[in-house]
Amino acid sequence: MLDNDEFMLETSPRELTQNPLRKIWMPCKNGHIAQRRVCMTNCPTLIVTVGLPARGKTYISKKLTRYLNWIGVPTREFNVGQYRRECLKIYKSFEFFRPDNEEGLKIRRQCALAALNDVRQYLSVEGGQVAVFDATNTTRERRGTIIKFAEQNGFKVFFVESVCEDPDVIAQNIVQVKLDSPDYTHCNTEEVIEDFMKRIKCYESSYQPLDEVLDRDLSYIKIMDVGCRYLVNRVLDHIQSRIVYYLMNIHITPRSIYLCRHGESDLNIKGRIGGDSGLSARGKEFAKSLRKFIQDQNIKDLKVWTSQMKRTIQTAECLGVPYEQWKSLNEIDAGVCEEMMYEEIQEHYPLEFALRDQDKYRYRYPKGESYEDLVQRLEPVIMELERQENILVVCHQAVMRCLLAYFLDKTADELPYLKCPLHTVLKLTPMAYGCKVESVYLGVDSVNTQRDRPEIM
Amino acid sequence: REHWLRKAELISSVPQFCNSPTMIVMVGLPARGKTYISKKLTRYLNWIGVPTKMFNVGQYRREAVKIYKNFEFFKPDNEEAMRIRKACAAAALKDVAAYFSKEQGQVAVFDATNTTRERRTVILSYAKERGYKVFFVESICDDPEIIAENIKQVKFGSPDYVDRNVDEAMEDFVQRIDCYRASYMPIDDEKDRKLSYIKIFDVGSRYLVNRVQDHIQSRIVYYLMNIHVTPRSIYLSRHGESELNLSGRIGGDSGLSPRGQKYANALAAFIHGQNIRELKVWTSHMKRTIQTAEALGVQYEQWKALNEIDAGVCEELTYEEIQQNLPQEFALRDQDKYRYRYPKGESYEDLVHRLEPVIMELERQENVLVICHQAVFRCLLAYFLDKPADELPYLRCPLHTVLKLTPIAYGCKVESFFLNIEAVNTHRERPVNVDVNRNPEDALQTVPDHI
Repeated sequence: MLDNDEFMLETSPRELTQNPLRKIWMPCKNGHIAQRRVCMTNCPTLIVTVGLPARGKTYISKKLTRYLNWIGVPTREFNVGQYRRECLKIYKSFEFFRPDNEEGLKIRRQCALAALNDVRQYLSVEGGQVAVFDATNTTRERRGTIIKFAEQNGFKVFFVESVCEDPDVIAQNIVQVKLDSPDYTHCNTEEVIEDFMKRIKCYESSYQPLDEVLDRDLSYIKIMDVGCRYLVNRVLDHIQSRIVYYLMNIHITPRSIYLCRHGESDLNIKGRIGGDSGLSARGKEFAKSLRKFIQDQNIKDLKVWTSQMKRTIQTAECLGVPYEQWKSLNEIDAGVCEEMMYEEIQEHYPLEFALRDQDKYRYRYPKGESYEDLVQRLEPVIMELERQENILVVCHQAVMRCLLAYFLDKTADELPYLKCPLHTVLKLTPMAYGCKVESVYLGVDSVNTQRDRPEIM
Repeated sequence: REHWLRKAELISSVPQFCNSPTMIVMVGLPARGKTYISKKLTRYLNWIGVPTKMFNVGQYRREAVKIYKNFEFFKPDNEEAMRIRKACAAAALKDVAAYFSKEQGQVAVFDATNTTRERRTVILSYAKERGYKVFFVESICDDPEIIAENIKQVKFGSPDYVDRNVDEAMEDFVQRIDCYRASYMPIDDEKDRKLSYIKIFDVGSRYLVNRVQDHIQSRIVYYLMNIHVTPRSIYLSRHGESELNLSGRIGGDSGLSPRGQKYANALAAFIHGQNIRELKVWTSHMKRTIQTAEALGVQYEQWKALNEIDAGVCEELTYEEIQQNLPQEFALRDQDKYRYRYPKGESYEDLVHRLEPVIMELERQENVLVICHQAVFRCLLAYFLDKPADELPYLRCPLHTVLKLTPIAYGCKVESFFLNIEAVNTHRERPVNVDVNRNPEDALQTVPDHI
């Protein structure tokens, strides 16, 4: 970083200019802003899954990819099975995966190489930072190929191995995600299970798990028994450390996450943003309806979280159960625009108003926050949501959009425009590789606080 | 009234995650870093607001057996000594129970070898009876160089070896370790599969984590996996004096004063003179820290989390103006500066919460220079120097002074460098009178001079 030879005492410091949209101070010379890339990772990272079929590799790959993208690390997954399906068009049976099927092996190897090629394209050309290479990768030989590929391209490699011998868990996996696989569109349940079990058998004889001694110089996490136990070896950098922390906090116990906003507030009625007002009469009605709704749902061990703003706390108070207040769940700080109406912002800060519409995700209110800032402060909330089971989060519009974007894998571009109306509860239930969403409007009128993306900019 | 309640200490600004108290039980042969880990973990947990206390059984032994003769005390066939050691462990457990039940402790770190299954069973029963959760932290290391280094760093200075020279101490300690070796039963992956634990191999190159039960254990694991023992230094500095500093105004986003600019240049020269290997430089998102970093001529990283405490409605006011317009707020702040939250702003407690990821990354890093702000500096310093919440907001962090922190033994060496550029004083001591009805003179008694 600090190289003696290059060091020079600047007599006149570079001018700083504040980026008008993001409110970030950057040095500029002759009016041009000098770009400094600020990022947590230097070389791109290749995450490589390892494990027999039906061990949750794709589940983990998709979830991890979703999480990393949400926190702002451009990530993409590459599922070799997809490549195989595109190559083969029609899947006949498990026989394709027999270790003595030379034709099959050739195709599978080609598919892996094609996927690696796309990985290279994504990481070296398209500016991706993390690629998740989702395949069984059960032989030392295959992993050796990948490691060499990574070395040649300057990528760091981190293996994620999933080991599980519990027949119930495996059967459950097959039912949850294999029945609906394109491979089995014309098969009934028994046929699928029978074929898939034979498919797993094809891999078993050649499976070489990551070895504590032979692979001691590799960076990896071994996940055993669906997260009961982990072996973590040689975490190299920040992003790997975050990945390990995330993987160690997720679980697959069935549960539901309920998201809603506070009841309508006095400032909502006046069309003013932010502030810390109490509930309107209709907002209080909503709180009562929420109470009834929650009771009818009959939820086991429900936890309730609110922000530290009056309106969410008032809403939760009505439920008559203990709740926990998180400052991190507070609404986005609109800085100088707090408690203003959009018309007033347009009048007093027309430039700011326009900039916000240009890039609502990255736009930071003067002396306030951006959606991007919000995501960063909500990350510990998401981490804890992953650890928890049944939970109701009573929060705010911008906050709910960020949380929803995480669960439904929405891009930064879409996030600030997600519809999160008042007096509506969203019930999210993780299922297969995604999330089932049920939207329940509790029948209490309210103002509409949604401001869609303007047509003309 | 509600307004008061939210800003009063009744509700913590961070969720309370511990229901049952947790015992963290160290496991490992001597000189495996158990006490190092215990102290560091205790410091971290207290800083993030989880009341934690360490119980070092060796201390109890030193109190029971005033004078340590030699390793023979630890011989497995020394029945008298065995009795004493058992009694010490029992006494420590009793103190753990008292800490939980009478002092509202949430986590107790039980620092001893705990190398036999029998001893660990005793602890588990004790905890089970009282409803404590147990999490084991085992440190395994067979690298003779690391062990020798440990002995040098922390055992030579031990009260046990106060009258011994270095070679005698080393020889005795090696034999001490041998006394434990024969009966050492590491946590067993099969037999102990129902226990919650982390095994740390070779100072962190590998970890085995089993059955993390809850949030606090998950945080502990994450922390343990991020710390390292590679020698390095952390440099802390505030931005150079700013325009608002000169006029005695708090917060804001002003640029450097001429003297502040001079400091930035002096800082650059100082850093250059320190000849630091691969230094990383971090700033906040505020102009004054960035301007300071610019003078260094190297790459730096901006962290919003390093921004100064948000003074809400008091931003850019002088203390005199705060006293005039919001005398009650001003007094409340003096009553409990750590927990007091500015209206529409933050408290020191909030600051600690938002700085936690910074601390975590500082632990991962090696040589780092952090250019930040007064309140932020106090929070970071309190973490490194183990200062409690009531001292934290009054730690002295003057402008134009660099602190160099070097981890050593169980703590941190601190070197302070004033770079000889004059600056205003921004430190306001706690006044004697903190009553909400005090007169303005009493309130403004300790305000430092400004334009």
